[in-house]
Amino acid sequence: MANYVEMWKELGMDLEAHDALCAVLPTAFGDVYLSQENRPEGMGFWDMVVADIHGIRPAELIEAQKKGQKVFGTFCVYVPDEVVIAADGIVTGLCGGSQFWVPGGEKVLPKSVCPLIKASVGARLERTCPFFRIADMYVGETTCDGKKKAWEILGQDVPMHIMDMPQMKRPQDVKKWEDEIKEFAGVVEEFTGNQITPEKLGEAIHIINEKRKALNRVYEARKARNIPISGRDALLVMQIAFFDDPVRCAQMTNKLADELEQRIADGVSVFPAGTKRILLSGTPMAIPNWKLHQIIETSGAEVVCEESCTGTRYFENLVDETKTTLDEQYAAIAQRYMGVNCACFTPNTGRVDDIVRLAKEYDVDGVIDVNLKFCCLYDTEGYTVEKALKDAGIPVLGIETDYTDADAEQLRTRIEAFVEMLG
Amino acid sequence: MRKYHIGIDIGSTCAKLAVLDEGQKLVLKSVQPTGWSSVDTAESIRKKLQEEGIDVGQSSCVATGYGRISVPYADKMITEITCHARGAMWIHDASEIVVIDIGGQDTKIIRIEDGRVKDFVMNDKCSAGTGRFLEVMANTMALRPDELCELARRGGGTAISSMCTVFAESEVISLIGRGEEKENIAFAVVESIVNKVVSQSSRLNVGKERVCLTGGLCECAYLWETLSEKLGCEVQAAPDGRFAGAIGAALSAG
Repeated sequence: MANYVEMWKELGMDLEAHDALCAVLPTAFGDVYLSQENRPEGMGFWDMVVADIHGIRPAELIEAQKKGQKVFGTFCVYVPDEVVIAADGIVTGLCGGSQFWVPGGEKVLPKSVCPLIKASVGARLERTCPFFRIADMYVGETTCDGKKKAWEILGQDVPMHIMDMPQMKRPQDVKKWEDEIKEFAGVVEEFTGNQITPEKLGEAIHIINEKRKALNRVYEARKARNIPISGRDALLVMQIAFFDDPVRCAQMTNKLADELEQRIADGVSVFPAGTKRILLSGTPMAIPNWKLHQIIETSGAEVVCEESCTGTRYFENLVDETKTTLDEQYAAIAQRYMGVNCACFTPNTGRVDDIVRLAKEYDVDGVIDVNLKFCCLYDTEGYTVEKALKDAGIPVLGIETDYTDADAEQLRTRIEAFVEMLG
Repeated sequence: MRKYHIGIDIGSTCAKLAVLDEGQKLVLKSVQPTGWSSVDTAESIRKKLQEEGIDVGQSSCVATGYGRISVPYADKMITEITCHARGAMWIHDASEIVVIDIGGQDTKIIRIEDGRVKDFVMNDKCSAGTGRFLEVMANTMALRPDELCELARRGGGTAISSMCTVFAESEVISLIGRGEEKENIAFAVVESIVNKVVSQSSRLNVGKERVCLTGGLCECAYLWETLSEKLGCEVQAAPDGRFAGAIGAALSAG
């Protein structure tokens, strides 16, 4: 492992606290990932990225900044990467997925805020994550009340732009989102000093579409009865996709997909025949949150699809690449993003339809609907989701959890019982 | 030596043992406190079996309950949800029932259709509506849980509003301090547990079918009477209800 201590020091990080984080990650990764058998060889790339997660990519970002590029930190799959790329900016995801950062967030946030928000705020304020230090500007959005108020706190520490998300999907809401994207484009142009042209935006749309297609190939491979990749590995690919260079991400993911398709042809499976197939629906799992996948995949089941921001919501639907004027392109971008279904919208029947459809497409035995504690939106929508699945004759288990390990054994009992029920 | 099917249910409070012979006849049952160590408990159960002339090596054995991982001589582990379902079906000779198991640290409601678990709910980390809740309140009032339940029959007019065991205990202490009659406090404790269980049951639309209670609280008649009243159906509790998990495990071992 290269020595990044100087870099972290220059970023103003709390090195002592950061050491504590770095000390636990390899064990967790070893337990969850390296203990698996018969992993695709292509996962070697992601293993390397995780091994130096606070080193390799941050160093690249800093190099880019030295050449004048700006880094935008985002927290939501609705923030359009295309706009930033078109202005020669770089996007990095910033969602916190570790309990390590939660107490830092709790210093300024109420208890009843979800762990993802707490961890994200904690990672910034406690100075223990290089990505949170590197980002020149944070881009927030108004997807939930917890985030809206958290941006006010983060905004005191870092330049922040907030996109106002519509709460419905009527034509006027899609138009409003288009206007928000245009306003964001103006902010990005000013911040980077680069003008967005139809050519540049067209290229950016293509780059991000290619990344989406590559990720989609990995998911398509997971539809096979002989499952060529574990849910844990697929989740890791998704989590890293938020941080990586989009062109390289597409390239590595396509390479992995090639291998997975070959595995399907060869009948290679990472799980024994008869392992129960699970669709996970619900809230995102930011890196390094592997908790539920690990419990499920060591309880006689396999995760074959994630209906979440770290899953289908991230790559589904493409932006129309045929548009040639900025106005048309922004409209096409707005259309694509408003086609994604998050519990922050009402009414939100599209998401319920998505889950039932995915359950069938991925030929699952059951659905586990997960809700990050204190996420009022997904928690409430869980009722409708469970009802729709039951009506469709698909077994469903609702789970609420956070980043701690305190409930791991209770969860295991419930998940094992669910798997026994499917058997 | 005859071959037996052994079921061991190591719960948070009590460890239950059930042994079936090859004709599925219940030949042995016993209960003991789980104590500090599930491993020690499992070992003491092994000795007990030996004393009774049952060789675990010659028999099949399934462990269940939260201490199921601590039984080294078990052939298989199966969750308490599946075991309680099987045990309750056996005890009540039914294949279409809802099982309510009020355990030491969790309460489960299991819907069984056509002899299979169709759906279940289980409380979260919180101990509201569990045996532990009753136990803590009984301790505070210097009563045994079964005494508290019987006392509750004569009480009324008082309520505990906190679901959290710790806060509810403070409420009970304030009620004691205020000079509230013991039976009224006992009444409030049972109401609190039953209300919580009823609210959990509503997620599975319980009420129209046969409902059976399993777990340690089967022996508290007033509790299941109140539960029947609030669910609007007859809740049945069998004398062996406490052993449902262990019996289900033994059946699974066969």
